[in-house]
Amino acid sequence: MAEAQQVPETAQAPLPTGPSQPTPSAPAGATLLRRIVTGTPMVSLLSVVLAIVIGGILMAVTNPKVATAAGYFFGRPGDTIAEIFRPYAALVQGSIFNWEGADFTAQIYPLVETFTVSTPLIFAGLGVALAFRAGLFNIGAQGQLIFGALLGAYVGFTWHLPPGLHLLVVILAGIVGGGLWGGLVGFLKARTGAHEVIVTIMFNYVASFLLLFLLTTPAFQRKGSTNPISPFLDEDALFPALLGPQFRIHAGFILAILVTWGVWWILNRSTIGFEFRAVGANPNAARTAGVNVGRATVLVMALAGALAGLSGIAQVAGTEKYLSGGVAASIGFDAITVALLGRSTPWGTLFAGLLFGAFRAGGVSMQAVTQTPIDIVLVIQSLIVLFIAAPPLVRAVFGLNPRRPKKAKEPPRAKAPMSTSGAAS
Amino acid sequence: MTSLRDRLATRSLAGVAALGASALILSACGAPPPSGGSSGGTSATTSNYLGCMVSDSGGFDDKSFNQSGFEGLQAAVKDLGIQEKHVQSKADTDYDPNLRSMVSAGCKLTVTVGFLLGDATKSIATANPNSHFAIIDYNDPTFPKNVKPIVYDTAQAAFLAGYLAAGVSKTGKVATFGGIKLPTVTIFMDGFADGVKYYNQKKGKSVQVLGWDKDKQDGVFVGDFKSIDKGKVLTQGFLQQGADIVLPVAGPVGQGAGSAILDANKTGASGKLLWVDSDGYLTAPDYKSVILSSVQKTMTKAVEAVLKDDKDGKFDSAPYIGTLENGGVALAPFHDLDSAVPADLKGELDQLKKDIISGTVQVTSQSSPKK
Repeated sequence: MAEAQQVPETAQAPLPTGPSQPTPSAPAGATLLRRIVTGTPMVSLLSVVLAIVIGGILMAVTNPKVATAAGYFFGRPGDTIAEIFRPYAALVQGSIFNWEGADFTAQIYPLVETFTVSTPLIFAGLGVALAFRAGLFNIGAQGQLIFGALLGAYVGFTWHLPPGLHLLVVILAGIVGGGLWGGLVGFLKARTGAHEVIVTIMFNYVASFLLLFLLTTPAFQRKGSTNPISPFLDEDALFPALLGPQFRIHAGFILAILVTWGVWWILNRSTIGFEFRAVGANPNAARTAGVNVGRATVLVMALAGALAGLSGIAQVAGTEKYLSGGVAASIGFDAITVALLGRSTPWGTLFAGLLFGAFRAGGVSMQAVTQTPIDIVLVIQSLIVLFIAAPPLVRAVFGLNPRRPKKAKEPPRAKAPMSTSGAAS
Repeated sequence: MTSLRDRLATRSLAGVAALGASALILSACGAPPPSGGSSGGTSATTSNYLGCMVSDSGGFDDKSFNQSGFEGLQAAVKDLGIQEKHVQSKADTDYDPNLRSMVSAGCKLTVTVGFLLGDATKSIATANPNSHFAIIDYNDPTFPKNVKPIVYDTAQAAFLAGYLAAGVSKTGKVATFGGIKLPTVTIFMDGFADGVKYYNQKKGKSVQVLGWDKDKQDGVFVGDFKSIDKGKVLTQGFLQQGADIVLPVAGPVGQGAGSAILDANKTGASGKLLWVDSDGYLTAPDYKSVILSSVQKTMTKAVEAVLKDDKDGKFDSAPYIGTLENGGVALAPFHDLDSAVPADLKGELDQLKKDIISGTVQVTSQSSPKK
């Protein structure tokens, strides 16, 4: 699906000869093969392979067990390879399927956990992606997420409403909190021309320190405690568990899929979405064509903020169930990578969010099972993302770059016009 | 059209590769160990008992309770021959999944660190009644039966530190500040302030405490446990107000206080530092020339003891409360500044310690752990 969305991907001028774009000329066997090999899925696979190799070297250097096994590499090479691959096996075991699980629940727990962890990443990633499409760099997902979580959690533990309604109000509070925080950025941009990158970064600081401050006030603390942790949200204010108490998955995941579809609909089927994309492609042209650019800027930032706010709700009403200083973790910043990796398309962002969720879930078991230091885990995961995000690099490494037509490189042709012009003058 | 330079580059590259490969081959020719044997059995009495630990977002290298607790786990591996697993949390959102991973890894007892892990520990412990847990520096009366809180009545040792500071101070002013206003921080400040107050009552003096008001439960805080520079600025402020002994209760931020005092002493002042959690003379040697003493919480021993009890089948959920009596909290030796403490003050401190243990002198703090 990510491929189907690729044409309007970067909101910039489309590349004239992208490798994945069909060319009118009938492909010969060799070019067809080349296209398959250089196509996005194949490049993604190769980038994972490359990251695994480099990560393996990294682990070999940092892991004493691998170093020991490498010491007798020629005596028994299997040991070295097994030691290098054990963390990767743990990654899969912790994120997709645990073949050592005692029962079915334990076996599918990792996959369900991946869905759980990816939920807030998808919401926040959509927020960043939507703003990207309108040509805005929304670095403020973190702050918008915190504001949504702050408002949603407060409504969740101070108000006591009937079941159903309470969750709805909490979700709305998250949307309003994040939406206002994001919309304010859009307003400043539209009215004063303040650059959204600087404004959103500063708003991140304001939001996170405001959260820390509020958690020191009695209104946000548990009764009889001065620790900076909020009370638990009411049971009615939480997303219902989807698969029972053994799993952490909650209805927020379903909401994330629905919202992904909603963002797709807004972008590709609605007038306002068309305006967003027009502004993203060329604000001046859009203005000439009669689009109210200022209104579109405020609206798209408010929507982006609302999406990030939903991410905060997925935290406080989904997995965490209370507000703490670290409720946002680094989700708002990971969301930027998720959106870029998903090429700023809604469905692409969904899958990138799932990939990141798998890394987060698998990272836990890489640490727990193989005792790989968490920093190395993050380095390897970042390498995989880096290679996926840079297909030309991967193609270059594997020698898959499409050969340039030989004419361009031939010296006589390049020199010919120069010499003739020299002779003429 | 390959130039000579290109060829040379290729050749030298090949040379380097060959060299690297031969080095690899040389180093990779060792004999493999006999297969089938269990891996990593260095201790004479290896046990299959698996003890585990989950850090809070400070990480295992925080020079504070994560690190002390982790040293306890490592000591248990060495002394008891148990197996260990540890997982570092990068964010608050990691606690729940990390704890679950420890349970599914088959840990008999998992040590968690700090109040931030309190809720996650409670819910995972409730869901896994057959696994045991211990949590450092936090107690919740609603913990299930398989959680053992490891807490400290730090006020007792801080009381001694307050008495010591009041006795040693030449300016008649001592100061304290905290990292974040948490019960585990303010308990130091309560005990310190009360120790000074007790000294004043006994001696008829009026030594002042800057930075903490026990009755109002309010004082000076850095706002985090990281900003060493802020600790330095705060300490400079206290020194300018005339304080000559400072007790920073802020983990690594204490280093800022140390460097402020070192700077001031270069210009003729005689400031002194009281360290917290561990013996600063050993853990923060840069400042050992100004460290008068430390208010110690011996977490390393406590963690090892809890692991040993559990291994021997003697786990119970009664909180471990570190006191002066059981050595869980203590005032560290004076080391290099031993001569700065008058002999009769040392005698009074010894007597005071006995009085606190016997209950003749009551040390109270609203942050003290409840039995």
